[in-house]
Amino acid sequence: MTDIILRTINLTKRYKNRLAVDHLNIEVRRGEIFGFLGPNGAGKSTTIRMILHLIFPTEGDVEIFGASMKEAGHRALERVGAVVEKPAFYGHLSALRNMEILGGLQKPVTRPRIMNYLERVGLADRASDPVKTYSHGMNQRLGLALILLKEPQLIILDEPTTGLDPQGMKEVRELILELSRERGVTVLLSSHLLYEVEMIATQMAIIHHGKLRVGGSVQDLLKKGPSEVLIKIDRPAEAMQFLKTNESYRSARIHSDGGINVELDQDRIPELNRQLVNAGFNVNALVPQRSLENYFLNLIEGHEGADNP
Amino acid sequence: MIHLIWFEMIKTFTRWRTYIGFIAFGIIVPMVVIGLKLGGQNSFKRSLLSLLQNDFIIGGNVLNGWFFGFFFMGALWVHVPIVLTIVAGDQIAGEGNAGTFRFLLTHSVSRTRIIAAKFIVTLIYTAVMVLFIGGLTIGLSLWAFGGGDLLVIRKGILVIQETRLPYLFLMAYGLATLAMFVVSSLCFLFSAFTDNPIGPIIATMAVIIVSIIIISLPFDLFQSVRPYLFVNYFDAWQKVFDDPVPWDIIRMNIIILAGFMITFFLAAVVYFSRKDILS
Repeated sequence: MTDIILRTINLTKRYKNRLAVDHLNIEVRRGEIFGFLGPNGAGKSTTIRMILHLIFPTEGDVEIFGASMKEAGHRALERVGAVVEKPAFYGHLSALRNMEILGGLQKPVTRPRIMNYLERVGLADRASDPVKTYSHGMNQRLGLALILLKEPQLIILDEPTTGLDPQGMKEVRELILELSRERGVTVLLSSHLLYEVEMIATQMAIIHHGKLRVGGSVQDLLKKGPSEVLIKIDRPAEAMQFLKTNESYRSARIHSDGGINVELDQDRIPELNRQLVNAGFNVNALVPQRSLENYFLNLIEGHEGADNP
Repeated sequence: MIHLIWFEMIKTFTRWRTYIGFIAFGIIVPMVVIGLKLGGQNSFKRSLLSLLQNDFIIGGNVLNGWFFGFFFMGALWVHVPIVLTIVAGDQIAGEGNAGTFRFLLTHSVSRTRIIAAKFIVTLIYTAVMVLFIGGLTIGLSLWAFGGGDLLVIRKGILVIQETRLPYLFLMAYGLATLAMFVVSSLCFLFSAFTDNPIGPIIATMAVIIVSIIIISLPFDLFQSVRPYLFVNYFDAWQKVFDDPVPWDIIRMNIIILAGFMITFFLAAVVYFSRKDILS
């Protein structure tokens, strides 16, 4: 059996003169948490909708568990659970009824089973309330309960933490990690939040203007990014002068919050600290910067230039 | 398939907008019956019977419940589509508008089956609505004005014996239901084109109004397109009250109305099966 759970083959979507997704090729392997990253309008949602048979590709195909979407159509989605953008339910019905209807399309589901999953996402006590009385966070949790009810082998989440408070975002991330670890579920997670992908994804692809810009393991991509350190120090102006005298710290610049940013490999941080302390500065903190974020921004900005000469 | 139909039944019949039509006709019909009872019946007597009494000897209870049941059917069939479109127009467009297709269509269930389930529930609602109006008008009219033979003034004057009337009214309601199925099917088709539930209601009513205008005007050009307009067959129910009953024409009308209904449904299936869900 192939290890590739999901594959897009030259997947393309054109709306009149606008190319939303341009010959996209990505592969998601069994057990991975695959981060699908890109700025707003990059083509992430269009790609996800094509994978889920909501939008029909202009060109190319999607394979899920080896089945071609062109040939199998909706049948390819049998082992897939998904939340696309903001979860939407029948507001006049209770969570229980929504779960019965949307979870029971393929085969009927029992109420105890539904309650079990509503319990899991903390909605059991509101199970009989109309969903229109739910907050956005509760809707997101109900969406996740619906996915769990299906017990899928591939979960596709499109911006799953949008609109959630920090606690809600943390809960969703923990749930994804738990599903991956304990049940071996494969997850495709689309997001424009870099740290979200960095925190939970094992593999990632960056899409911009509908094109795949880069793909690979998050660890490898982290290494590719320029490593930066934020120095929090007393007398930053004097410290800048001191750093500029050393060829290794020529990239140093004053950060907006009063600290100093310098490009530096992380294994050289102790040496920098020693030199600053020996020069009589009080070093309050040396903070490694988000290398993926910098990498991402550099990549996007680089392509902006290339795309718009 | 049964469970899909059941889910659609739950979705449709738990919305209060589904009952707007029942409430509206549940208020209007008793009001009209009360109005007739409190004096309106006399206006009928003056205007209708005074004309006939010049040439006929009229005995018994002519302005009875059956007569007013027949009168109501003729008067209300133009208004019934308005309430039918409220539900039919929402069946597909409402899901698009709410964004629920994002869950509904990401399962291993074909769009055709989902659309078929929605269509069947739309027809169930239509049938229930027509039979509700029919039952209410006949029931209240008989209660208020009693029974008797039915005086029908169409192509001449015809008196139908009361014993035949339950059977004839049942057939008339069947034909009226079929005509309303066509209205609901058209609205259902329009509902597949858009994510705004108001659009199909307006579009369907516009088609009906324009079609009625066309078939009403005595121009040659308009009369030549008349057979191709479904409203041309809306009065098929009245034909069961003719003497002799023109069964061949009724059979042809049934086939034509069913043809319109199936065409609209198939067009909705074909369009929706290839529609990009962007909402």
